[in-house]
Amino acid sequence: MIIAERKPLEEIRNMLAGYKRILVVGCGTCVTICWAGGEKEVGILSSQLRLASSKDGNELSVMEAVVERQCEKEMVLEELGDKVQEVEAILSMGCGAGVQTMAELFEEKPIFPALNTTFIGMPEKEGLWLEMCGACGDCFLDRTGGICPVVRCAKGLLNGPCGGTRKGGKCEIDPEKDCAWVLIYRRLEKQGRLALMRKYYEPKNYRVVKRPGKIEALEA
Amino acid sequence: MTRENKKIIAFCCAESAYRAADRAGRLRIRYPDNVRVIRIPCAGRVSVLHILKAFEKGAAGVLVMGCQEGACRHLTGNIRAKERVKYAKDLLKEVGINGQRVKMVNFSPDMAQKFAREIEEMAEKIKEE
Ligand code: SF4
Ligand code: SF4
Repeated sequence: MIIAERKPLEEIRNMLAGYKRILVVGCGTCVTICWAGGEKEVGILSSQLRLASSKDGNELSVMEAVVERQCEKEMVLEELGDKVQEVEAILSMGCGAGVQTMAELFEEKPIFPALNTTFIGMPEKEGLWLEMCGACGDCFLDRTGGICPVVRCAKGLLNGPCGGTRKGGKCEIDPEKDCAWVLIYRRLEKQGRLALMRKYYEPKNYRVVKRPGKIEALEA
Repeated sequence: MTRENKKIIAFCCAESAYRAADRAGRLRIRYPDNVRVIRIPCAGRVSVLHILKAFEKGAAGVLVMGCQEGACRHLTGNIRAKERVKYAKDLLKEVGINGQRVKMVNFSPDMAQKFAREIEEMAEKIKEE
């Protein structure tokens, strides 16, 4: 899933300066799970925006909506209907894909991102999300026991570990973080596949995904 | 704004604080009348959004009143409430509202005096600003 974090209120308010009627749109999928842009966060941010502007003596009308998946045009249109016509600007609490989907659908309205989209990851426990994949386009997980060295190793090494692993299996750049290559070693050991550690891997082709990425189904 | 229309919202857990409020009434203990007591089944029912909405609708102070720690009828409702009040303080500070205007207080049902005192304190606090 996509992990994101909300921008500071001040930054959001600066984007919205001058607009009197806005629509805050959350997304019910990834960013709901990472507590950044779901129904609850839409409510909190909208409330904060109203409070802050009434404190400054400004009128700000804030409408709220949540689209099940903001990166799907049909869902956005179905959920938002005519609401968009009533406002001057839209504040999206979806990830970057959600923001752009709406920007394309409502070209005549300025649209602003309320979140910083940070990575593809998973919830580790309540309130903690970890990066898992950098969408490199040439997955390497078969050789590493299902642990991604591209993003979970601070240096992105394909032939790790480096010489800096700390005692206890932590990374030299951050004693709080696990060394991905120690995790990989232990996983492969469990599976009796340590021989994989002896192999040398050529640098990966990071140009597999031509930006902007595009995938077409063979049959559609 | 005059004190009369500077309202305090007190979310009171039915198991403890609400009973303390009730007792304060029966004992004829005086406390400011600009408080609105809202009976809730457990302090854990109060969400951050309830607190923000109270301010949005014009409250000047919010009290979340639950059971003593370790004595919550629903086990951890009061602990959750404490965390949420902490979070609400940060959210309020972000919009320029003093975080002290929201407070978590723990009660047992017989604490009528304490109930009155907490209302009095919050009433003073919102008068200052
Ligand atoms: S817009 Fe799509 S990808 Fe982005 S958070 Fe929502 S569901 Fe996930
Ligand atoms: S190797 Fe590439 S595709 Fe596979 S998990 Fe890592 S970044 Fe993602």
